[in-house]
This record gives sequence, C-alpha cells and structure tokens, in this order.
Amino acid sequence: MMEIIDKAGKFVSKEYEKEITKEQAQKFYYHMLRIRTFDRKGKALQRQGRIGTYVPFEGQEASQVGSALVLEEKDWMFPTYRDHGATLTFGAEMDRVLLYWNGRVEGSVPSKEKNIYPASVPIATQLPHATGAAMAETYKGTNNVAIAYFGDGATSEGDFHEGINIASVFQAPVVFFNQNNGFAISVPIEKQMNSETIAQKSEAYGIPGVRVDGMDVFAVHFAVKEAFERARNGEGPTLIEAVTWRFGAHTTADDPTKYRDQEETEKKREELDPILRLERFMKNHDMWDEDWAEKIEKEIEAELDDAIVEMEKFQKPDPADMFDYVFEEPTWTIQEQKEILKGATK
Amino acid sequence: MPIMSYIQAITTALKEEMQRDNKVFVLGEDVGRKGGVFRATEGLYDEFGEYRVLDTPLAESAIAGVGIGAAMYGMRPVAEMQFADFIMPAVNQIISEAAKIRYRSNNDWNAPITIRAPYGGGVHGALYHSQSVESVFANQPGLKIVMPSTPYDVKGLLKASIRDNDPVLFFEHKRAYRLLKGEVPDDDYVLPIGKADIKRNGTDITVITYGLCIHFAMQAAEKLTEEGIDVHILDLRTVYPLDQEAIIEAAKKTGKVLLITEDNKEGSIIGEVSAIIAENCLFDLDAPVQRLAGPDIPSMPYAPTTEKFFMVNPDKVEKAMRELAEY
Repeated sequence: MMEIIDKAGKFVSKEYEKEITKEQAQKFYYHMLRIRTFDRKGKALQRQGRIGTYVPFEGQEASQVGSALVLEEKDWMFPTYRDHGATLTFGAEMDRVLLYWNGRVEGSVPSKEKNIYPASVPIATQLPHATGAAMAETYKGTNNVAIAYFGDGATSEGDFHEGINIASVFQAPVVFFNQNNGFAISVPIEKQMNSETIAQKSEAYGIPGVRVDGMDVFAVHFAVKEAFERARNGEGPTLIEAVTWRFGAHTTADDPTKYRDQEETEKKREELDPILRLERFMKNHDMWDEDWAEKIEKEIEAELDDAIVEMEKFQKPDPADMFDYVFEEPTWTIQEQKEILKGATK
Repeated sequence: MPIMSYIQAITTALKEEMQRDNKVFVLGEDVGRKGGVFRATEGLYDEFGEYRVLDTPLAESAIAGVGIGAAMYGMRPVAEMQFADFIMPAVNQIISEAAKIRYRSNNDWNAPITIRAPYGGGVHGALYHSQSVESVFANQPGLKIVMPSTPYDVKGLLKASIRDNDPVLFFEHKRAYRLLKGEVPDDDYVLPIGKADIKRNGTDITVITYGLCIHFAMQAAEKLTEEGIDVHILDLRTVYPLDQEAIIEAAKKTGKVLLITEDNKEGSIIGEVSAIIAENCLFDLDAPVQRLAGPDIPSMPYAPTTEKFFMVNPDKVEKAMRELAEY
C-alpha cells in the first residue's frame, strides 16, 4: 500500500520529500478542514430540519481532497452522492451543494465553470459515462482527463466491469478512483468480495492498479497525479483504491450501531483521522502555524455561514416547475398537466 | 426517386448524418468491420474509420453508458443494440441516466444519444431474437421512442433522432429490413418525432398501429375494398410521446377503432392509445375499441406453428377489420 506519511506524521517514503512544501501542506489542510466543517454542519442542518437527508463523508477527507486537487480546469469529475467533499474542492459552489441536500434541482449543477457531472445515485453508472467523456476527449484531440469516483460496493456492479473494460480496450484517459471505506451501507468489504484488494482487479484489465492509504493525503495526491499524467500522455486508464474509513453513518437515515460498533470506530480516530495525521506531520516538520490555523477556521466558518444564508433565502419552488426540462420541448401531456396544476394552485 | 429497402434507408441516413456532422459516430457490437449482424452499418467503417465506427466489447450497459458520457460531452452517438432483446442490461443506463439527465440537472446537461435496436419476430428468431420491448420504456418521460414503418419514414426519422437534443430509442422491425421497399428521396429531409401519419384514408373503420403491422394493415385494407369496406390507417411512428391529436382525429373519423401491436397485449402501447380514445371520444364511438396483439406469454416461441400463432399477420388483421366493420 502506497504511503508517504505514517500515522505519527513522519515520512515513510523519502521519494516525495522534496515535492512536499509548507504551502502545499497548508493548502491540503485548509481544504480538508473546509470540507469537514461543511460535512459536520450538513449533519447538524439535517437534524435541525433545515435540509433533507444528508450523506456524510467524515474520514474520507484525504481521499477526496488529495484526488480533487489534481484536476485541471478542463478535466471531468464524475462523483457519487458521497463525494461533495471532492466537488467542493474542485470548484463546486458551497451554496449550490447545500441546495442539493435541500432537495433542490438547482443544486445538481454545483458549478457553471467546471465539468462536474451531477452526482450519480444509481451505483456505478458513472463509470461508463467517464469512459465515454474521456473517449470523446481523445477523439477531439485534447488531453483532458476524466475521473470517476465510486465506493467499494460499486465494484460488485456490472457497470464497474463494463466501464473499466471498455476504457482499457480503448486506452481512454480516465482515472477510476475507488474509495474503499469498508462498508456498503451495512455490508462489510469482506462480504462484498473475495479478492484481497480492489486494486488487484486492475490486473484483469491489464491496466495499472494502485492501492493507497486513503488517510494519507499526500499518498492519495501523488498516486492520482501519476495516474492523470499517464492518462494525459495517452497511456490509458488507472484503477486506484484509496483505503479509507467512514466514521459516521451511511446517511442521516442510517443507524450504524445496528451493524457495527461505533465506539470502536471512535477509538480508531486517534490512529486513523486524516486531518489529525496531517496536523502531526505539519507540526513535526515546522509547517504548523497556530495563527494561520485559527484564521482559516474563522474564514471557513464565515464562508459556510454565508452559504447557508444563500441556501435559505433561495426562492421557493413553484410546483409547476416540476414539469420543466423533461425534454428540450415539453410534450402535450406535460403541457396539459402543468396547466392543470397551475389552475389548481391559483 | 430511388427505391430502397428499409435497412438501406437506415444505412443511408447514418452515412449522410456522419458526412454532415463529424460529431456523429456509431458504436456497438460488430458494427465496424462486419458492418453489423444485419449489415445496417455496412460501408461506414471503410468510409469513416475505426474512431467513428467503434466495435465495442460485448457489453450493452457500457455501449449505452459510454454513449451517454460522450453525448453529454457534446458528441452525437448512435449506439446499436444488436437485438432489442439484448437491451436489458442497458436499461439502468437508459432509464436512470439518459432519460433523467436533463431533468435532474435542471436543463444544464443533456444526452443527445440515439439507440437503435432491431425488434420483432416472424423471422424464426426464437425467444431472444423476436421481442418487442417498447413498452418497457414507454412510461419513461425523458425518452422518445420512434418505430418507423416505411423506408421513407426510416430515413427522415433516423436523421431527426440523431439531430434531436434528447435521447431517442429507434426500434427497427428486423423482418421489415429486407421485406419492405419504397421510394426514398435523395434529399436531406427530416420528419417530426412525435407526429403520427395517415397511411391510408378511409371512412368505415380506423386502424391505429405502428411498425411492421402497418404493412399488414395496408395489405388487409386492400383486400377489404372488394367487400366495400374502406379502412383508415394511422401510423403512430412515435410511440412515446404519442400524438394525441392525431389519435383522436382518426378515432372520431370512423367511430370504429382497431388497435394493433405485435407486442404482448396486456400493458402494451395500444392500451395507452385506447385510454386516449376513451377519455376523448366516448360519444363518437360506434363500437367498442378492439385490440389485436400478441398473446400474453413471455416471449415469441420458436416452433413454426406457435411462432405463426403469436405473430400478427394480414389474415388476422383482415378478420379483425371485417368483424369491426360489421359491428
């Protein structure tokens, strides 16, 4: 398993030592803190009834930030519903992401500038999409890359195989980024597959496979960066398995105590938490600055408060809007039903 | 005007669209070097090359899914499902993704993909090469389903499907491929999706159907003129969304309606047509709406006698027409 810094925040591999600067460490820390603050607020807002069901990702910050910071302006991101940490890092607008969790369709497109595909809720369907977008880039002659995010459960789906297989046949510039957080809702990874690792599945497709410590933001970042470089150079797809952990529930509608010991999970926090690990590393290497840490914390809180205000003052939906954008032009049934609804709500 | 078979009209439409727009490309199983198992894509590989006529792995969900990804990117994929029966692994991609992407992205993304598939029986295709699958998709707003009956309609509607900014399922009756021939202009014409077409004007009874059954109805109608029965025939051409206006008009014209499909009777497209007539034409009807359809069994059997019994044919249509006319 690829690891650059260990749990104590010390270098395991000197290979990347020169590439890791204070500035970069601060940038990673800032983004991880930012999305964790968002995530915890998301859970709180759901409990207060201010947004709908929320999907937390606490524990996966290193995987999402480390990967998302590799993308360049024109690259493509195909996330799932648990990857808004990655989309926020890549360029999703925070109020739009909150709108999504408030059930608003306007939140499905979180950025007008970035190629962020609306989060896939059906499992693994986005893998063939990422392959298709990547193949279209090749046909057009650009060197943009697509990254598909997916969880451990998705590796059992047919679209996991179909999407990767076709990408490998056509050497499409796509990175298949798996976050193995140990559980697909309640089903642990050992009941999901008989393989020892997810990364080893790459062998079947004849493509590089990398297993990386998903709690080590540097390891994730450099593994994904190298995969992007291969893709940009026409060397085809890579399968990356970031081994991580979901500290919380599957969603706010899930009670994880039904299938695992949450106290055990909390005991692992000292050892596993990717933000604590980076903090230790920065302190060990003279990159930590208490004033800076306080400053970014305040900045993030303020940004989040503003985003919540924007989300809450967003205009309420007109029920008739539900008939919009089924097709480019509405059909007669849609027009008829919309008129009836408008009449009834007048 | 050149005479063309139904399948030649498909190849011509694909070729002309690929010449017109370099974003149009074809993908599917055996569509490249072989030119497709029915030869629908014959000659395209030689003319446009392997990057625009993609021989894909045997994976229907990926054919649809990769096509959807490329379509969202701005390409115009025409995906071929080798047989409509084998579209089933791609249903999740088609219904969960293609049909919903415009809606769930609030009009920011769309997937202008055309998915072609040969459907229908009467070719000794047995259970898995004979099915009609349109009703699986016909209650999925976001998808359009086109099922043409003549070479002329094929060319105009396939071009329209490729140019449409929404996903279109284009079902081609495989028995029609070489059976049906007709005049097809050289012009670059498109026909409107969502519009039915009167294939025969008549005053005594109305037949509403689509695909190969149009051909059977036309044959039966000719025979019935000898008995003084004048049949009006409406070709749905698009089975989702249905052309409500044309259906009402055709039903009111004679007050006696026969609906025909090769699909299983229960839950088929014509049930929806019947509901439109019931809602709008009660006082114009002179007889109960009649349905002629395949039996409600899982798929078309293989043994010749049973296949023949399953299929709609001109004799069955003629009998149903006569009974309705005499009602």
